Amino acid sequence: MGAAACLGCAAIAFGPALALVLLTVAGEPLRVIVLVAGAFFWLVSLLLASLIWFISVHLSDREDAKLQQSLLILGAAISVLLQEAFRFAYFKLLKKADEGMAMISEDGRSPISLRQMAYVSGLAFGIISGGFSVINILADSTGPGIVGIHGDSPYFFITSAFLTMALVLLHTFWGVIFFDACERHRYWCLGVVVASHLLTSGLTFLNPWYVASLVPIFIITFCTGLWAFITAGGSFHNVLKCLSCKGGGAGQGWGHHWGVSDPFEV
Amino acid sequence: MITFMNNSDSEEEPCNERTSLMSAESPPVPSYQDGLQASAAGEAQAHRKRRTGSSRSPNNTVDGETSDSDVPVRESTLENEEEEQILKYGAKHVIMLFVPVTLCMIVVVATIKSVRFYTEKNGQLIYTPFSEDTPSVGQRLLNSVLNTIIMISVIVVMTVFLVLLYKYRCYKFIHGWLILSSLMLLFMFTYIYLGEVLKTYNVAMDYPTLFLVIWNFGAVGMICIHWKGPLQLQQAYLIMISALMALVFIKYLPEWSAWVILGAISIYDLIAVLCPKGPLRMLVETAQERNEPIFPALIYSSAMVWTVGMAKPDAAARGASQQTWDAAEDGRENHRSPSHADSHMSETRSPGQTRPITSLEELGEEERGVKLGLGDFIFYSVLVGKAAATASGDWNTTLACFVAILIGLCLTLLLLAVFKKALPALPISITFGLIFYFSTDNLVRPFMDTLASHQLYI
Repeated sequence: MGAAACLGCAAIAFGPALALVLLTVAGEPLRVIVLVAGAFFWLVSLLLASLIWFISVHLSDREDAKLQQSLLILGAAISVLLQEAFRFAYFKLLKKADEGMAMISEDGRSPISLRQMAYVSGLAFGIISGGFSVINILADSTGPGIVGIHGDSPYFFITSAFLTMALVLLHTFWGVIFFDACERHRYWCLGVVVASHLLTSGLTFLNPWYVASLVPIFIITFCTGLWAFITAGGSFHNVLKCLSCKGGGAGQGWGHHWGVSDPFEV
Repeated sequence: MITFMNNSDSEEEPCNERTSLMSAESPPVPSYQDGLQASAAGEAQAHRKRRTGSSRSPNNTVDGETSDSDVPVRESTLENEEEEQILKYGAKHVIMLFVPVTLCMIVVVATIKSVRFYTEKNGQLIYTPFSEDTPSVGQRLLNSVLNTIIMISVIVVMTVFLVLLYKYRCYKFIHGWLILSSLMLLFMFTYIYLGEVLKTYNVAMDYPTLFLVIWNFGAVGMICIHWKGPLQLQQAYLIMISALMALVFIKYLPEWSAWVILGAISIYDLIAVLCPKGPLRMLVETAQERNEPIFPALIYSSAMVWTVGMAKPDAAARGASQQTWDAAEDGRENHRSPSHADSHMSETRSPGQTRPITSLEELGEEERGVKLGLGDFIFYSVLVGKAAATASGDWNTTLACFVAILIGLCLTLLLLAVFKKALPALPISITFGLIFYFSTDNLVRPFMDTLASHQLYI
């Protein structure tokens, strides 16, 4: 397959994320710091989940395949729950940082709004989660080999790439919705986010049957994207306004809209 | 904070650097001032006041906060503005260090993953004489601890020697030593590196071309590092020599010894920089007392230091996009070139002359940087490179160590902004890096591998 497959799958998996980072995060130092710290939080959650899985596997019978499978499913579910718990913890930390920055700033507003931090933290979770899931697969795709020679699906690489892309976008949207729900104390939204994460993870268990897993996941991605857009204050009217002010820079318009229409700013 | 280069006679082990992190602050004298604190924009009245206020106590490394105690109450709002500036510029400085550290690690990881030479075992350095080929675990552990003790003692002796030389003003000796080490790095190690890369990609190159390439690379490197050169070129060379040094360590340090050495050296860094009699702390304080920068060959600086009292008031700093840094021994020989002509270096003052500030308005907006020692680059890259080399071909471990080191660097810089004095940059990052390496390699890797083999996503 070689370098072409690797590069192509990497572009599919991380293209949107890279574009988002380059356009919205890379220019602002505070956002880059929030990005790296978000990745760190996700890593810690993964560490804890792996610890739990590792202990459970070692305490159980290795030979029993069904038991190992159910332990894996349990491990994945615990990992999802821990990721959301750490997202909540990160929300708490960012909220405190936001208040601190607002206090020391001269006009009472922190240089980065909570909504921007929600978006960047979601993107951080997405990038590191996608990275951890797919980077070994990408590294293997450069090497010699034939995909699916033992009867597995030959579309392994490309479906992994698309799944990763969906996951990155989903994490971004979940970040926005989650922080907004925590801020407005709409706990049912939190429940829906956690449930949709569990659902997405569960759908990947159907995996060689890609029609049943990829299509619903992309539908979920699209719906979550719309929901996040509406949560962030977007509307059809805003989209038209943004497209019409092309001269001012679309990227800046996006960030500007996010900053202006933020109800969390006093 | 301080890096020092250990030049030995052995062909294999030329340099041994360790460092920590320093805010580019030196005791403010009217003609020379830098520091994270002073990175705020120069228009504010209070900024000027604070600067003159803090110039009362030259050695305010420890009591940085007390100089503000007699500031009137009405300046508290201006203090807020300064804190906001510190926050904004602080975040910028974090990014200014993230980029070179990331670049260095990328170079090291890319080399490790592609060039087989640096992962083959081909002997050991004389500083780690005990071999790890023993079958028993206890013996292996003992050997690695002994190796670490020898290596750390060599480093301690060399640091103390360097500090003594600096204290007794044997500048020529130090410069000769530094020049010899960088000569060896820039010529010999580059030659070996280039040879291995060409071998890996099966590219033929004749000796005259090779000689030309290496001669140019090395000569320009020597000039940039030890004399004058564009800031970005100097930064690039410092990154490259750190990467080369890290590759040498990765190749020649046996596995367990490398991890124990990393742990021990972060403890040593902590002690040497924070203890009152620590050699590195004494080096920084002596440099600050004498108002000189630490040797440029040992420190990566993210921005240039501006001097006031330039000949042309209209050429005062208005932004620091292109700067040249005179890396000569006298700290007052700082030269600046206008942003358009980065190839010219305008000498505005003769060396050795100190001029008082004619007007503080000339300062304009100053770009202060943060300095990170080259040894920090080296040991970060050693950690990530070892993770890439030995973690069963796994990229997850490398990624996890990379994020851990960046977070450690971020936390260290946060502490630097709070404490405003030289801090060790190794302990937090290396601790996080080690924790994440061992836990990712042993816990996360089986989990993610099992998930990935069934194409499950979490």
